Amino acid sequence: MDVTAEAKQIMVQALSKLYSSRTQRGGLRLHRSLLLTLVMKSARDIYHSARLTSEKKGQADTHSVTENTSQTEEPMDTTSSTTTPLRATAAQSTEDGQRSGLEGHSHLHNPAGLTVNKENCNPTRLDRHSRKRRSKTATDPDFLPCKKAKLEFVEARGILQSNSANCGRALDSLSLVPMPRTIVTF
Amino acid sequence: MDGDGDGQSRWCLSQVKGAVDDDVAEADIISAVEFNHSGELLATGDRGGRIVIFQQEQESKNLPQCHAEYNVYSTFQSHEPEFDYLKSLEIEEKINKIRWLPQKNAAHFLLSTNDKTIKLWKISERDKRPEGYNLKEEDGRYRHPSSLTTLRVPVFQPMDLMVEASPRRVYANAHTYHINSISVNSDNETYLSADDLRINLWHLDFTDRSFNIVDIKPANMEELTEVITASEFHPLQCNTFVYGSSKGSVRLCDMRASALCDQHSKLFEEPEDPSTRSFFSEIISSISDVKFSHSGRYMMTRDYLTLKIWDLHMESRPVEIYQVHGYLRSKLCSLYENDCIFDKFECCWRGDDSEVMTGSYNNFFRMFDRDAQRDATLEATWENGSPGCPLKTWRVSAGSRRKRNEIGVDCLDFSRKILYTSWHPQDNIVALATVNNLYIFQEKLN
Repeated sequence: MDVTAEAKQIMVQALSKLYSSRTQRGGLRLHRSLLLTLVMKSARDIYHSARLTSEKKGQADTHSVTENTSQTEEPMDTTSSTTTPLRATAAQSTEDGQRSGLEGHSHLHNPAGLTVNKENCNPTRLDRHSRKRRSKTATDPDFLPCKKAKLEFVEARGILQSNSANCGRALDSLSLVPMPRTIVTF
Repeated sequence: MDGDGDGQSRWCLSQVKGAVDDDVAEADIISAVEFNHSGELLATGDRGGRIVIFQQEQESKNLPQCHAEYNVYSTFQSHEPEFDYLKSLEIEEKINKIRWLPQKNAAHFLLSTNDKTIKLWKISERDKRPEGYNLKEEDGRYRHPSSLTTLRVPVFQPMDLMVEASPRRVYANAHTYHINSISVNSDNETYLSADDLRINLWHLDFTDRSFNIVDIKPANMEELTEVITASEFHPLQCNTFVYGSSKGSVRLCDMRASALCDQHSKLFEEPEDPSTRSFFSEIISSISDVKFSHSGRYMMTRDYLTLKIWDLHMESRPVEIYQVHGYLRSKLCSLYENDCIFDKFECCWRGDDSEVMTGSYNNFFRMFDRDAQRDATLEATWENGSPGCPLKTWRVSAGSRRKRNEIGVDCLDFSRKILYTSWHPQDNIVALATVNNLYIFQEKLN
């Protein structure tokens, strides 16, 4: 998908620019870091909404195909299994939004919202998510150098993969890209 | 502008300063250009922390068709690299801004700033020196007391002109973030300095204190959504200043309203056009420069793709919008990749506010005639044509076609850019900086 590929590329580039700016002479540039974070956020939002759209489309196609067969059970199963990771992703992105705090508006911590999602998602997975204090390095892609990140990323990926086994689809590592919690600590 | 309709402008290359070889040292890259209030002096700052001041020669009666040339008047090291041990950060010596003080006596004063420290420099001439000391020889050696038989009074004798630059004030330790602007107040006693999150007011005479007048730092840095990108005092009203933000808005503040001007008096913001929304909308809407007109009635803002003129009486939208290089709108992804999308272009007004100018890529600069509603694209190059020869105007076309004085957008050289420009306060002389050269253009006088 063109939009998702472009969004992914932009996110990856933003990350690498943010990392390389740490070693820049003169220190971290707040303005530049802020712009990169905003770009990454909008790319991530577009990426996720584009994926949601494509999955809904795919789900509708599957739905129509299986409806043509005489097996009525399968469509139900397909729907539920694909819904779970979709909601999970949505909940996760909401949580990322909470954690980043850079949005500064609608994504406030909403226990009610989480409860709603809990009903529809795998409760174990969501519990782990909400209790686990997500640090900036927790789910960094593994091409970025950080000893700590590697362990936590593997651990987090392991949790998510085990819970998405139903749909049998490997999670895109980009869905785990968090927004940096702090741009700079002065 | 497109004076005679055949692609020729009224502008001619007057001078080029700086090295002509392609190998540019990082330290030589020009980072600030500013005429003084009379236009007699032109100051440039570079990444190496140096300031070079050029002085216009006395008008030559022999060459009425052009203004006099600018020659080097003074060169000095304004800022040195420093190290902040507490934060383990190097502080660059790069000159971010130069602002001249209005002249009050024979000496000239300017403010220069790097990321953290502002300095007041006095540039004065010495063309006489005392000669005929009793205790010293002319070369400075002390005379033997026994050789003294008479007394004499030293007298001033003419000497070769010497221009001295001395730092009169150092305004330090007031900014946690990187200084992006300084602006001298019309009261000639105070000035402001702005960093990403705060604006401070200084009195020129006092270095040990400054007043914080704007603070947009959120209690929780994670909630940061915008930073200050440029700030300037009103040219006539000493209580008024503006600051532009990374979100594309400009706030006008009145210091009479309160000590801390966090509440703006006016907010100049144009609603975003949803049809042009892209991944990079936030980046390209960030204000890179804000400049009041000389009259004080208007204000100009520069963002990545446009120049906007605002009437201070109308906050809802600009009165004029000029597309600087709209052909780049479809190239934003590549410009983001090569970091050009973060370039901060300055802009400037002509002395009578009838025209405005800003830089672009490929060493192009753009002139906009507000009255005639015409614009021109000119190139800063010393390769084609000679000094005195009128510049040809350029057109940029889509794709990679190349015709005479037309260049395709894919052929533009994004490493050659004009970020810093200054317009002589009275005459039609403009100074602009390419990466390491200073170009001076003059309008043909007849």
